[in-house]
Amino acid sequence: MSALAFTPAVAADTVDGGQRALTISLFVIFVLATLVITIKASRNNATAADFYSGGRSLTGPQNGVAIGGDYMSAASFLGIAGIIALSGYDGFLYSIGFLVAWLVALLLVAELLRNSGKYTMADVLAFRMKQRPVRVAAGISTITVSIFYLLAQMVGAGALVTLLLGVTSDAAKNITILAVGALMIFYVTVGGMKGTTWVQIIKAVLLMTGTTLVTILVMVKFGGSVSDLLGEAAEKSGKGDAFLQPGGRYATEAQGLAGKLDLLSLGIALVLGTAGLPHILTRFYTVPDAKAARKSVLWAIGIIGSFYLMTICLGFGAAALVGPEAIKAQNPAGNTAAPQLAEAIGQDFFGDIGGTMLLAIIAAVAFATILAVVAGLTLASSSSFAHDIYASVIKRGEASEKDEVRVARIAAFVIGGVSIVLSIYAQKLNVAFLVALAFAVAASGNLPAILYSLFWKRFNTAGAVSAIYGGLISAVVLVFFSPVVSGKVTPGVDGAPDVSASLFGLGTDFSWFPLENPGLVSIPFGFFCGWLGTVLSKEYNAEKYAEMEVRSLTGAGSEKAVQH
Amino acid sequence: MSAHDRTDTHAGGGASYAEVQATEEFQGLKRTLRRFVFPATVVFLSWYVLYILLTIYARDFMSTEVFGNINIAYLFGLSQFVSTFLIAYVYAKYADKHVDPTADAIRHRLEGTQP
Repeated sequence: MSALAFTPAVAADTVDGGQRALTISLFVIFVLATLVITIKASRNNATAADFYSGGRSLTGPQNGVAIGGDYMSAASFLGIAGIIALSGYDGFLYSIGFLVAWLVALLLVAELLRNSGKYTMADVLAFRMKQRPVRVAAGISTITVSIFYLLAQMVGAGALVTLLLGVTSDAAKNITILAVGALMIFYVTVGGMKGTTWVQIIKAVLLMTGTTLVTILVMVKFGGSVSDLLGEAAEKSGKGDAFLQPGGRYATEAQGLAGKLDLLSLGIALVLGTAGLPHILTRFYTVPDAKAARKSVLWAIGIIGSFYLMTICLGFGAAALVGPEAIKAQNPAGNTAAPQLAEAIGQDFFGDIGGTMLLAIIAAVAFATILAVVAGLTLASSSSFAHDIYASVIKRGEASEKDEVRVARIAAFVIGGVSIVLSIYAQKLNVAFLVALAFAVAASGNLPAILYSLFWKRFNTAGAVSAIYGGLISAVVLVFFSPVVSGKVTPGVDGAPDVSASLFGLGTDFSWFPLENPGLVSIPFGFFCGWLGTVLSKEYNAEKYAEMEVRSLTGAGSEKAVQH
Repeated sequence: MSAHDRTDTHAGGGASYAEVQATEEFQGLKRTLRRFVFPATVVFLSWYVLYILLTIYARDFMSTEVFGNINIAYLFGLSQFVSTFLIAYVYAKYADKHVDPTADAIRHRLEGTQP
């Protein structure tokens, strides 16, 4: 083991001018490449089907890679590596939940949704229902989930620039958020689904390449032995074997029953949330048929699974080779663990220049990751506004396709602009909980409505509306009165003052719901509301049910690919 | 006009969706699909929840070292990856063989297209 003893040369202020220039250059190359592709994609962006779903002409493997690019967010890339690096085993729980979730999408949702829908999640939910109430509910839910997720990503981008480029001024953070926002608006308004897809594909390839490279170097360093890697990580962590066991962060003894239920709640929301995330669901419309949708998910499972397996190497590698002190010195939450590992391992193998280069590459990949995810979210929410709220509700189905796409572009501008402003104001706030909240709303409101709609004959308008609002409202209300919004305090160590671990500062505490993750209550509540709403209403449209069932299972009458 | 505004319930080829839905062929297709996806969902969700519950309540068991520094918690975690890949693979084979041919046949008949 002593042969592996390794003193990382990584200091808290690792960012030097050369690395900064290299990171920025690599990122600019990525941006230029994606801009060119987006502009090329815009030439085939005439119809609504082109704008919303890329003409449904992607192949299964292309879409599978794009799903990976849409799904693997900076939160999972930097966040999970950081949690593992600082808390050990428990970070792995996220990796598992985020992967297993894809079986729900594969077995129950992707193919049937592809066959029965057109552009948005609401197309499936409203298929056999009264259009307006269901589309309003689904539109509100889509936009809410997407904006929660979007804010978390954009605030993260602001923090990332400090960590990766070494600039700390508020102006630099605001400029970063503005630039990320402007790029995502450009990708979406000019490139539509096709432009966004290619940004996601390129990002997924870069992310997988960068992660694989670091993983291989870490494994070579430890002679291919995961056991040695874990051993070294445990030693460096100062926590010994406990670092390799469950309980380092979640459901600890001190947290008692609430901690146990909270972990269960988180685990369930991760698995059931994915198949209810609107920006993921709309990706299933980009392929020609259900078989290609199935193939997309299989590819996505392969890519996402490989990625999350490598998070073990990234996280424990950072613990072993960078060490918790150096990581915490740069970012207390551990979000820089992966880039710091890249620098340490690069330095170890290829000297100082190697370290700088690998750090710059991973930092540029992290920015690319954020861009691809926010573009997907902006597209999903603006599509839903234009297609569900504007065309179906405001114009009562009388809007022309051209008009609808024009509104979608305006909506992307507005949603993007609002997100930029909110993110700048939320800079100083602790908004990490927003991702968990987005998953909880998706699992509590969207998933029950989707599953009932695809599998329950008797389901109707009242049921769909009740499920969506019941799940959405219960998840948001429970989170509002939970410790993530008020009342959670991180005690100061060594005489340092206490700090608030909630959205609100110290001294404000109106929480009464003990769990940080509402899923354990809100998911069953969403399913219950959907059932109750259904049985209380007599409405049932047998003809439309027949059409939906035949269409969803056979693909007869489903939307076809656009021929260019 | 978008799809949801369509009120006809004929997919072409003359037969209504309700008539197709009532056929033994279609009901068989529905059974074939559900016979796989429902039990598979129960299996993977239970397997996953069991893993979470053991992580919470059986820490000593999960912390048992199997070889080197690798304990049961890692092997259990890895088994979730393996089971996910496996179920996905088996489902793809099953759907190719048992679901797609019938679904395609019904679709071609309804849309009046040639396979």
